[in-house]
Amino acid sequence: MIKKKKSWFKNKELDAYLYIAPAFTILMTFHVLPIFLALYVSFQKWDLMSDPKFVGLANYKAMLTKSEFYSSLWNTIFYVIGSVPGGILIALLIAMLLNSKIKGLSWYRTIYFIPVITSINAVAIVWKWIYHGKYGLLNYIIGFIGIPPQDWLQDPRWAMPAIILMSVWKVLGYNVVIFLAGLQNIPTHLYEAARIDGANAWQQFRNITWPLLSPITYFILIMSTISSFQVFSQVYMMTPNGGPLGKTTVIVFYIYEYGFKRYKFGYASALAFILFLIILAMTFLQKIFIEKKVHYS
Amino acid sequence: MKKSKPFVHLILIIGSFAMLLPFFWMLITSLKSPQEILQFPPTLFPKKIMWHNYYDAFTAQPFFRYFLNTIFIAIATTIGQLFFAALAAFAFTFMDFPWKNTLFFILLGTMMIPQQALLIPDYIILAKLGWIDTFNSLIVPWLASVFSIFLLRQFFMTLPKELYDAAKIDGCSKFRFFWSIILPLSVPPMITAGIFTFLGSWNSFLWPLMVTNSQNMRTIQVGLAYFSQESGTQWELLMAAATFCILPLIIGYFFAQKQFIEGVARSGMKD
Repeated sequence: MIKKKKSWFKNKELDAYLYIAPAFTILMTFHVLPIFLALYVSFQKWDLMSDPKFVGLANYKAMLTKSEFYSSLWNTIFYVIGSVPGGILIALLIAMLLNSKIKGLSWYRTIYFIPVITSINAVAIVWKWIYHGKYGLLNYIIGFIGIPPQDWLQDPRWAMPAIILMSVWKVLGYNVVIFLAGLQNIPTHLYEAARIDGANAWQQFRNITWPLLSPITYFILIMSTISSFQVFSQVYMMTPNGGPLGKTTVIVFYIYEYGFKRYKFGYASALAFILFLIILAMTFLQKIFIEKKVHYS
Repeated sequence: MKKSKPFVHLILIIGSFAMLLPFFWMLITSLKSPQEILQFPPTLFPKKIMWHNYYDAFTAQPFFRYFLNTIFIAIATTIGQLFFAALAAFAFTFMDFPWKNTLFFILLGTMMIPQQALLIPDYIILAKLGWIDTFNSLIVPWLASVFSIFLLRQFFMTLPKELYDAAKIDGCSKFRFFWSIILPLSVPPMITAGIFTFLGSWNSFLWPLMVTNSQNMRTIQVGLAYFSQESGTQWELLMAAATFCILPLIIGYFFAQKQFIEGVARSGMKD
């Protein structure tokens, strides 16, 4: 900001600190300091019964020797890869259909957005019922095309894909609305000019829509990846035991298990700190990309 | 372009159907009898409508108490967070003070810290404060939100700075200026920020699961999780509970649809 004229209250608005103090105090106490506390606790052996005892890197070493850790990491990555790119592509497709000057746009948008506002826990119970191995709606529907019934959430092959499908359904409308806003910002005269030059639909998409939409696509990609790495509620609701053969035990579920079921605060903090580093790394990737690719006026 | 439109509608309608089917199925199941639940192929409409399921589900757990808790927490969080966010955004927009930019940068930096990584240390802090299983632990940590501060600051920056200077010359105190000029002007962005805060609070799960122990302190989401674990096979009751947990949100959504959708649409536009 440009330096204001200093005639009045020259450098004296120290009362500003009073205005920012409440928000700052809370953020520091509950959202910033804890990450340092997590690092500190991760070097301790600490359960509910005993006092914390410094153990150096033992928690991290234990983590790296446990196959559970690797499988929770792998399950999380599987979830992210399964839900993010596909979900974004479907959202983009629907946003483009909605942007093709059709009637009833606001109706469709309203409907696609409904799952977004509903509680994940409530819809997770509904989907658990839909996936029911004996009486589920999904088995009934796929029966029409001759696919035999599956016990979706009890089958190690299907439990995670079932959670992914439900998650894509839940957030689809959110991404559709963001994409749609982006598409509506693209000037229509660009398409008119392209049509006059004889560009077909694919060429228009490739040369106008995709590049002009790329900042938004990237924004959605990063935000979805970060939030998908933190998936918990639907896993907890649909597979409270971490899934068949632990196939749906994602990182946060694993942290929860160790922190609040077994009260191994030290080990759980080490896990939490690793999760923090993963997400921090992704945020920096976003910064690098945005500074390279996107220009702001 | 024109020719493809029936096809476009066809895809969008199939999509809409997929969006709504789970809710339809939830409603239908919630009105069936326990015997009818266990039929396969399932009946598409209940033979006999069992309104009583709703009463049974609502009383199977103290859902009334859960609702009161959730509403209280969501309202307190929303009002407190908006107020503190507006105060901070006001200072960052209109005032000039040492370390202003540094502090704002730190503020934005805190957005990088994922909430799920903070659960254990936050739990330890709350335990030290003696706040576990109290409303304090459910409300106070959420009274500050960088997102709300950022959103309100974006709006305040569109207000003419001369307003502030003129008010100061007229001898209006800063807080009065904030209270009687800035706050009334910022009702629209407050509603947008407020909707997201309220919804986030209403739907939050892992946090209240972690910081509450007693049944009296549970929120709807936590209550629903316990209900699901305790009556895992009474699907008609579970669907009834899911319905009355979602219903207030759907009703609210139809009233404030524009704010919901515009708020989200704008979130992709900024940074």
